[in-house]
Amino acid sequence: MSVNKDQALQRELHPVHVVLLAGIIPLFLGGLLSDLAYSSSYHIQWNNFASWLIAGALVFCGLALLWAVVDLIRTDPRSKCSLLYTLLLLVTWILGFLNALTHARDAWASMPMGLILSVLVFVLACAATWVGLTKSRAGGGQ
Amino acid sequence: MKYSRLLVPVVLAMLLGACGSNDPDISQYGPNPELPEPRRGLLPDMTVAEPAPWGDRLPSVPQGYTISAIATDLKIPRQTLILPNGDILVAEGRGGNAPALKPKDVIAGYIKSQGTTSVESGNRLTLLRDADGDGVYELQTVFADNLNAPYGLALVGNTLYVANQDALVRFNYREGQTQASGSPVKVTDLPSAINHHWTKSLAASPDGSLLYVGIGSNSNITERGMTAEVDRALIWEINAETGAHRPYATGLRNPTALTIQPGSGQLWVVVNERDEIGPNLVPDYITAVQEGGFYGWPYSYWGQHVDDRVRPQDPEKVASAITPDYALGSHVASLGIDFSEPAMGAEFAEGMFVGEHGSWNRSNPVGYKVRFVPFSNGRPDGAPVDFVTGFLGEDGKTRGRPVGVTVDPRGALIIADDLSNTIWRVTPD
Repeated sequence: MSVNKDQALQRELHPVHVVLLAGIIPLFLGGLLSDLAYSSSYHIQWNNFASWLIAGALVFCGLALLWAVVDLIRTDPRSKCSLLYTLLLLVTWILGFLNALTHARDAWASMPMGLILSVLVFVLACAATWVGLTKSRAGGGQ
Repeated sequence: MKYSRLLVPVVLAMLLGACGSNDPDISQYGPNPELPEPRRGLLPDMTVAEPAPWGDRLPSVPQGYTISAIATDLKIPRQTLILPNGDILVAEGRGGNAPALKPKDVIAGYIKSQGTTSVESGNRLTLLRDADGDGVYELQTVFADNLNAPYGLALVGNTLYVANQDALVRFNYREGQTQASGSPVKVTDLPSAINHHWTKSLAASPDGSLLYVGIGSNSNITERGMTAEVDRALIWEINAETGAHRPYATGLRNPTALTIQPGSGQLWVVVNERDEIGPNLVPDYITAVQEGGFYGWPYSYWGQHVDDRVRPQDPEKVASAITPDYALGSHVASLGIDFSEPAMGAEFAEGMFVGEHGSWNRSNPVGYKVRFVPFSNGRPDGAPVDFVTGFLGEDGKTRGRPVGVTVDPRGALIIADDLSNTIWRVTPD
């Protein structure tokens, strides 16, 4: 029993990891909302905001991903939940990076692809966070 | 989960689909250049040639011509002016204070800086003198300093006009002077907020009563917002006496040099066109400036070709856009023009010299040379001819980047090179 309990504790996300993970939703959401504002107003400052919010989200997402990969290597490799979470984060980061490159285009050239990617990345960020935090709660409850 | 994993290749294909093909280097000169469809991949094409010292090398000139460096160790020479006694004034400096707005600006700014000089802005005018006429300019002295990124130069009678990046100023000039007799007097302020394109080109009307100043746009294609573009991308006509000004022609993205055609008195301009829609868009051009004319920027290019990156669009302005006279090729970065004189030799007697700083937004670099556009009956006629080359070596290294070109009526072409900080002089043998 004590072995199981130790494993359960190990699978719980570290608080700093949780903070990094939690950062990606508001940042990617901010990017998405800025894209919506730019699309409807043509005010270029929204486009600049979106670029920096996405860049910030990528920093948080990248660090969370790094942490998840290290955790994945260190814990029981049969832990499916952790693998799913890591893959979701990976896809979020890759699409987020493509979104950053799209936003580097001048003016309206970043649209509509930038908005489409922002929606996709936001949904992925929510999914990754959900899976990541659900796993930790289930593990902690054992 | 399966779905999201599928997304990566799908979106990648959508994003990358537009790029990757090797574009042919189409020849793009004259009144009807071939214009491919606009496109841009995930990353803009960027090739910044690697700077290298000249050593024993010299730029290449046509047979029957000689080139020599008449001044070195300058502080970013841009434009030159030949004074009546044969002295040469050189405007030196680097301007602009455009802040980085996006992460992209930080990265692109660093990459582009690798292909330019690291010398500090001179903010001064240097005078070169060849007193004995042997082709060696033995005197190199500071004519005026504490200017603010001076660029355009013009002499009208005894008045020397200098277009700083923020104001048009004048000096009293006496023939033979080697140093300005006092501080400059301001004629008028020039639009200088942000100054993404900071160079202020200058030409004086034949009677000297009016001055024309070229003012570049504050962005590539409105990515700094439309409010930053008030009083930008146009040519001002300025009353030399009062400083009163009005727009003379608009929609000119970056009018980097102005000159008056001998005989007709017609104002000509060279314009740097927009980037980041492919290696063969949009061609830089020379054109006779039509008073009150609109030349497209930002809404369209080469007449009615709409630029979809601009919002809101303006179909009425697009409809009114004038097609320029003569394309020089995309991304060549033409920064200097001057009409030739018979003293330059029969082959190059009638036409215009163009200084091409060279490209960054192209995987296969273009420009990096001085070309000659032949004219007949006062209009461009025929393909441009290479006049000075070798700035971009066959080893892929860049030794110089031409900016201003000025024809000395005694029979010489003066070229400012802002990479090796040299003034070159090409003479017929």
